[in-house]
Amino acid sequence: MAAPVRDALNPARMLRFFPAATLVFLLGPILAGLLGTALPAFGFLPALGGEQLSLRPWEQLFATPGLATSIRLSLTTGLITTALALAIVVLFAAAWHGTAVFRWAQRLLSPLLSVPHVAVALGFAFLLIPSGWLMRMFSPWATGYTRPPDYVLVQDPAGISLILGLVIKEVPYLFLMVMAALAQVDAERYRTVARTFGYGPMVAWLKAVFPRIYPQIRLPIFAVLAYGVSVVDVAMILGPTVPPPLSVQLMQWFNDADLAYRFVASAGALLQFGLVIGAIAIWCFAERLVAYVGRRWIDAGSRGRSDGAIRAAAVIALAIAFIAILFSMAAMALWSVAERWRFPDAMPSVLTAANWLERTPDLWAIALTTLVIAVIAAIVATILVVGNLELETRRPEKIAQRSLWLLYVPLIVPQIAFLFGAQILLVWASLDGGLLAVVWGHFLFVLPYVFLSLADPYRSWDVRFARTALCLGASPRRVLFAVKLPMLLRAVLVAFAVGFAVSVAQYLPTLFAGAGRVSTLTTEAVALSAGGDRRLIGVYAFLQMALPFLAFVVAAAVPAWMFRRRRDLQVTT
Amino acid sequence: MAHALELHDVHIAVGGRALIDHLDLVVSPGTVTTVMGESGAGKSSLLAFLCGTLSPAFAASGRVVAGGVDVSADPPERRRIGILFQDDLLFPHMSVGQNLAFGLPRSIDDWRTRSRLIADGLAEVGLAGFGDRDPATLSGGQRARVAVIRVMLSQPRALLLDEPFSKLDAATKGRFRPFVFDHVRKRSIPTLLVTHDPQDALAAAGPVIHLGSIDGAPA
Amino acid sequence: MVRRTLALALGAVAWLAGTAHAQPENWSAILEKARGQTVFFNAWGGDDRINTYVAWAGEQVKTRFGVTVQQVKLTDTAEAVARVLAEKSAGRSVGGSVDLIWINGENFAAMKRNGLLQPSWTHVLPNYRFVDTEGKPTTLFDFTIPVEGQEAPWGMAQVVFMYDTAQVREPPRTMVALSAWAKANPGRLTYPQPPNFLGTTFLKQALIELAVDPKRLAEPAGEDAEKVLAPLWPYLDQLHPVLWRGGRAFPANGPQQRRLMGDNEVDIAISFNPSEASSAIANKELPDTVRTFVLEGGTIGNTSFVAIPFNAKAREGAMVLADFLLSPEAQARKQDPRVWGGPTVLALDKLMAADRQRFVDLPLGVATLPPDRLGRVLPEPHPTWVERLEKEWQRRYATR
Repeated sequence: MAAPVRDALNPARMLRFFPAATLVFLLGPILAGLLGTALPAFGFLPALGGEQLSLRPWEQLFATPGLATSIRLSLTTGLITTALALAIVVLFAAAWHGTAVFRWAQRLLSPLLSVPHVAVALGFAFLLIPSGWLMRMFSPWATGYTRPPDYVLVQDPAGISLILGLVIKEVPYLFLMVMAALAQVDAERYRTVARTFGYGPMVAWLKAVFPRIYPQIRLPIFAVLAYGVSVVDVAMILGPTVPPPLSVQLMQWFNDADLAYRFVASAGALLQFGLVIGAIAIWCFAERLVAYVGRRWIDAGSRGRSDGAIRAAAVIALAIAFIAILFSMAAMALWSVAERWRFPDAMPSVLTAANWLERTPDLWAIALTTLVIAVIAAIVATILVVGNLELETRRPEKIAQRSLWLLYVPLIVPQIAFLFGAQILLVWASLDGGLLAVVWGHFLFVLPYVFLSLADPYRSWDVRFARTALCLGASPRRVLFAVKLPMLLRAVLVAFAVGFAVSVAQYLPTLFAGAGRVSTLTTEAVALSAGGDRRLIGVYAFLQMALPFLAFVVAAAVPAWMFRRRRDLQVTT
Repeated sequence: MAHALELHDVHIAVGGRALIDHLDLVVSPGTVTTVMGESGAGKSSLLAFLCGTLSPAFAASGRVVAGGVDVSADPPERRRIGILFQDDLLFPHMSVGQNLAFGLPRSIDDWRTRSRLIADGLAEVGLAGFGDRDPATLSGGQRARVAVIRVMLSQPRALLLDEPFSKLDAATKGRFRPFVFDHVRKRSIPTLLVTHDPQDALAAAGPVIHLGSIDGAPA
Repeated sequence: MVRRTLALALGAVAWLAGTAHAQPENWSAILEKARGQTVFFNAWGGDDRINTYVAWAGEQVKTRFGVTVQQVKLTDTAEAVARVLAEKSAGRSVGGSVDLIWINGENFAAMKRNGLLQPSWTHVLPNYRFVDTEGKPTTLFDFTIPVEGQEAPWGMAQVVFMYDTAQVREPPRTMVALSAWAKANPGRLTYPQPPNFLGTTFLKQALIELAVDPKRLAEPAGEDAEKVLAPLWPYLDQLHPVLWRGGRAFPANGPQQRRLMGDNEVDIAISFNPSEASSAIANKELPDTVRTFVLEGGTIGNTSFVAIPFNAKAREGAMVLADFLLSPEAQARKQDPRVWGGPTVLALDKLMAADRQRFVDLPLGVATLPPDRLGRVLPEPHPTWVERLEKEWQRRYATR
């Protein structure tokens, strides 16, 4: 009797349930949520008197004035953002990989990655508007303006400011993905070989290295694309409004006082899902085109030895993206201590601590909630990811590479397409409005990013260490906890910090799963952004950036301290 | 007391191709048998099979007896078959002493005995007082010796050497090779050496087996 | 006028009938049940001063009646409506997550129509008798929809315009004059983008001035809607090119419009709170040169309410909070421009002398017009007009 029980609790056996548990937690609610959206899209929602399937919601949807523009905006935003961000990152990596500039950019990456999208958008908007910081720095002494000029620089009808705002935030993310891929393919030697054939460094990289890393960054690119097509919070801040992109239009419908709009909104949510798939299809087609042209280019054997101008452009583009984020952060930090900051003052005329002090109890309670949710979601995700990866190394045949796609489902299905349905599910299970529900809602998005972050270091860990340890008589569990995890401590903690940052940044899942009762720094920042007082937005946006940043600091400091006397585990980049 | 390492009818195949074809072999205690062959001839697969870490992608059969016990069905950690790779694979997060302690069997549970064994082991290879050092601060030759002591302290029934000298420079190799073989002899451990360097086989001064010629590939 | 009086009378009758059928409830029994409950008060959270006021009210109710109040800060009131709907969809008819909503207009109309509200309950509140139902008929008719005791009045609102005296010498006094001013000062005026309620109110205000027969707006929109709305579009067609950003972008809501004024991007801004300018000056969001004006023909006024969803978990606690919000003490604090500056729904002549004095003692605020200069209050059009206005506005100006 005792033996089977012990057997069932044996970690090696429990490990087997990890993939199943992961999928159930991850995909079950999304599928249920999609169903909960699909039914009203076809007219079925008994609470509102919709008891028969019909196509009326679709007729109404397609009769919406400006729908074509909304769709076009969503598609162009996603596609152009992704193409631009990828081009900047790839050209930069091609031009500067292996140089001091590249390492310098790498060092800046963690703080930049940790800034939530919403905080960047809020800061970027203030940077760019005609009465914003840039204009204030140069007025009136250089521009002559004592009153801000009337230019449409933010929320322009074509969505350019939205695209730029998204690009500066996606550049660090894609850069991280490229770096991870580079670590896998021994890029330096391939490029060196190509250069010995007389290729310029940039062309050598593009021809010999890029084709090898692209397959590895393809899924992250799809995630960026899907995000750009369906983003809500950033689009509310930077996007056009006449008309808005489809996602924002959907949000307005879901929130319309006239509840009958729920049907159109649901149909629109499915359309949004279709747009994401369409955007990915367009991207795949473009991939083939580029691959074809690229092969011809490689076959032609052009050496490209004079690439100075492109090299300069690449570093400037990357620097602009990085600096824009840093200035957005600085702008929010300044506002948080400003009492009065009017155009055209380059700096606040009166500084105060009141914005922080007068709201302290409330502020810290919300920060604490944010922290608790993020820590739990990130820990659970990290444990599940480690479990899955460990199982994969022990029984590689059990986990097909195809299953990796499933992890991306939450990143590719638009949030708005399943969250309303998932909300009904939560209410039905009486789970809504609690911390647990919010943690789950965050977990959906935390897990894929933790996996992305940890998978490469975990898989590239030298298994001969494990074999040596086993042959020295250590049990697999001891190998895992005494050898493997300590050696991977930095990677595990960075993955945790990535998960933590993702959790802190969640807006829609917090709103839907928390039934509005659970406030986090992000929901407060977005709620306040509707209210317009930049001083308070500054306080929340600043804290919103500070928490994830601290997580990354801890992730760097803990291994650095623990292994301060172990040279081989020091950071070398 | 000392037992041989015995391989009975060991057969390893991958994708229908036989790498090791029904091999029978007895390695006597304190002797070194050398297995030679080209890259891809199955040398490393053979060692992984003996360790119990062979990937399930391979189809393997046969029995392994070490220390007088049939260990064929045992997981790696219970076989007590030690292995040394061409890299020393000292755990970088542990001190030199902790690395050695990791190899010591848990059955030695007296703290003072454990420290004494570690100190003795270090002294034996001329590294007395190195216990608290970071492995990264040691020279290649010193690290290689620590790796040997680590596997010796684990009291293996047999030892496998996977090209352990191939990354060392000629001078270090010249000193390190006899060092390893001396230890093996002194402790009467049956040892299997895998290499493609004929010099290694000469130095081992034991039987030599050639792999790879069996299915027509050049030996 | 006759029709309006008739509607009032009918509404009152309907309301009384509703009252008669309701279970007579004993206030002390409600207080007893409310003790220990936690009320989730869903209220728009975009204004820090209002949030602070709600927090204060929560503390008072906690110490006096043992009811805990937690504000759920909404970006849009419709979020709470959606949540109640989701609960109804899932079959949760008790133990709902929303206990009290700050609401009015079309959100109220939608919830009432779909049976998502607690039926007649406001007559039970002891402080309800102080409400100025005669002088402020919008406390009984929310955008012309009979309230029927399903929501308790909380505050009054009236359209005013804020303007910066450093930029505008003589403010325009009609919507037509406003358009002329914009033409002379291109790029210095805007309004929140409909369907934001303040933006829609801007359209209604213009429509009331331009419509051939403004009284028609008190009735539900019908076949003739296109004709009634017709005079509005030429007006907007002329106005938009001279608006801020040439009418190609609009602020999302009132506070963003206020921020534009603070950033010196616009000089005139519509507001629904007569003391907003004073409060924003005190708060350093607006320069102290800002003042307030109203239109010659009068401006739209309405009442905002609090309502209890049909499935509220802390129904009694919500009633206790609603009653406290109606108390002279809470209403006077709300009207204080240093706190919030929201006009009261109470009739001062119904109050005891001491309570009346609380209101008399309030400072007016540097940029607030005294009550006698606020001009005529115009009623809200029937809510059916809102959708017509918003749809047509979207078709004309939000699509390219």
